[in-house]
Amino acid sequence: MARAVSNNRKLLNTVIAWTIGILIFFPILWTILTSFKTEAQAIADPPVFLFFDWTLENYEVVQERSNYARFLWNSIIIAGVSTILGLIIAIPAAWSMAFVPSKRTKDILLWMLSTKMLPAVGVLYPIYLIFIELGILDTRIGLIVVVMLINLPIIVWMLYTYFKEIPGEILEASRMDGASLKDEILYVLAPMAVPGIASTLLLNFILAWNEAFWTLNLTAAKAAPLTAFIASYSSPEGLFFAKLSAASTMAIAPILILGWFSQKQLVRGLTFGAVK
Amino acid sequence: MLAGMATSASAQDTTLTIATVNNGDMIRMQGLTDDFTDKTGHKVEWVTLEENVLRQRVTTDISTKGGAFDIMTIGMYETPIWGANGWLVPLDDLSDDYNADDILPAMAGGLSHDGTLYAAPFYGESSMIMYRTDLMEKAGMEMPEAPSWSFIAKAARAMTDRENEINGICLRGKAGWGEGGAFITAMSNSFGARWFDEDWNAQFDSREWSDTLNFYKNMMDDAGPPGYATNGFNENLSLFQQGKCGMWIDATVAASFVTNPNDSEVADSVGFALAPDNGLGKRSNWLWAWALAIPAGTQNEDAAKEFIEWATSTSYIELVAEKEGWANVPPGARISLYENENYKDVPFAKMTLDSILSADPNNSTVDPSPYVGVQFAAIPEFAGIATDVSQEFSAAYAGQQTIEEALEKAQAITNDAMEAAGYR
Repeated sequence: MARAVSNNRKLLNTVIAWTIGILIFFPILWTILTSFKTEAQAIADPPVFLFFDWTLENYEVVQERSNYARFLWNSIIIAGVSTILGLIIAIPAAWSMAFVPSKRTKDILLWMLSTKMLPAVGVLYPIYLIFIELGILDTRIGLIVVVMLINLPIIVWMLYTYFKEIPGEILEASRMDGASLKDEILYVLAPMAVPGIASTLLLNFILAWNEAFWTLNLTAAKAAPLTAFIASYSSPEGLFFAKLSAASTMAIAPILILGWFSQKQLVRGLTFGAVK
Repeated sequence: MLAGMATSASAQDTTLTIATVNNGDMIRMQGLTDDFTDKTGHKVEWVTLEENVLRQRVTTDISTKGGAFDIMTIGMYETPIWGANGWLVPLDDLSDDYNADDILPAMAGGLSHDGTLYAAPFYGESSMIMYRTDLMEKAGMEMPEAPSWSFIAKAARAMTDRENEINGICLRGKAGWGEGGAFITAMSNSFGARWFDEDWNAQFDSREWSDTLNFYKNMMDDAGPPGYATNGFNENLSLFQQGKCGMWIDATVAASFVTNPNDSEVADSVGFALAPDNGLGKRSNWLWAWALAIPAGTQNEDAAKEFIEWATSTSYIELVAEKEGWANVPPGARISLYENENYKDVPFAKMTLDSILSADPNNSTVDPSPYVGVQFAAIPEFAGIATDVSQEFSAAYAGQQTIEEALEKAQAITNDAMEAAGYR
């Protein structure tokens, strides 16, 4: 009997999990479906779900109009390099806060987080002027630095949380065995925190990939990533929802595939230390 | 002009970066860029953005002298302000072949400052009534060429058929100075209202504004679609194309969408008429142009001028007509287009021209006002103020507050902002 209750609960949990999963995924599914409709079908009322004349016309139009490969390459470089650069800075920072905290560590952590509370548009003009002065407007290097800086507080916080789960005695032991600071971080701490570092990397890569405010405002033609690619298909004066959906599907496809293949690592990292 | 272009093609070729909006005519221009490159040798990099994003992007760049763009697509609101600030290159030395005198005077006037043209109109638009001829006939009414608001309200109520989801009239109600704000400002002109008196005092406490909003809300409550307070251009276009609107008063560029049988279920039963008036001498249509301007300080000024001459010339119009047909040429910019026999066959051509000609940005209100612009006041503060005011209006349409409360708040918002900006 007890086993039956357990199975029922499992079934219920599964149903709830699937329902939530489908609800979250539905807008993406709808976008993908709309990308295969004509513009008239895209705005049909009542909406058509699966039974319509599927067409690749929107993808052909998008391919013809835009240089998708260039936008994609810019996204990969900006998201990838900014995330790796952020990790290089954040790992030592999180190490010092987790294992050699000072009186002000908590204040510093909160202060770092508080920088995320400022609306981005509030600093648009100063940053734009700095970019002009440095000659890095519409360059990938400029965007890498900005995207890395805006995600840095999250990277530090995530790594700090993971590092706090690792017993400090292990690091102490390595020090007693003569490990230098570099060895301690690289060969003792990092291998133990791999799941946490991997999930931080993945999550911040996604955040950097989706960053729209700075990537739209600091680029023109050369360094524009996929966020600008999508923005070029949005129009308040004309119904181009099917083409916009095709562009959106092409923009999210790489990150969806990456997320699909790394979901095990991502879940493992996000639940790291949750069960003791 | 082509000879001039060929000469420069042999000189140094450059790459122009052009910021533009994602509208049908602009996309068509991008597809024809090779023609410009073939003639001049100059290459073009396009930065296409959604209208509001573009506005923020180019404003940031030009006000900081960023130099990210060689040509910007801007409208009638920005051009006189930026021209006065010295941010744009004057377009007073375009070649004789270009024939600048052929630009419609209403467009040239709205894109100039102190008589100097600062942006060349790529296409111009006004607003007009698009209506279902079959539903009008069913209602036993006949649309005049220049109807009054009382006729429109009567027709809207007569055409409404809630059971069959047919709304007599679809109008913008969405918050935003370029959405519902533009419509209600143009409508208020025909009711004798104005944003400011000659001393820049807000006028929302006037009877004319109260009449405008009450008329709009009563008519839309009776004959408008559900949730009209959040409808903008696209929402109404979608409703009209699906046969759910008896009438729609909006941008003249919509005419090509609603008469396109590939997208519109009612393409063969659409008629056009001038935007309504109230017998006070002003109609409720607006005036707008998407125009090409060169930011001061660009390194590629000569090549940019060549592009503007190419894109806004009569030969470009002929190129589009040859490739895509006369119904798809950019309208509302040149006088000669409306003298062209081929274009006279396009069903909405005459009404578009009549609508444009009936809007005067320098004299848009019944009582005198200190500003230029029909559906806006060409001052830098207007976009912010009008966005806040239109939010109050939309809240009143949605029933979240009364019309009186919305007007009281609009009065306070506007006077506070104008005082802070030093106008009062």
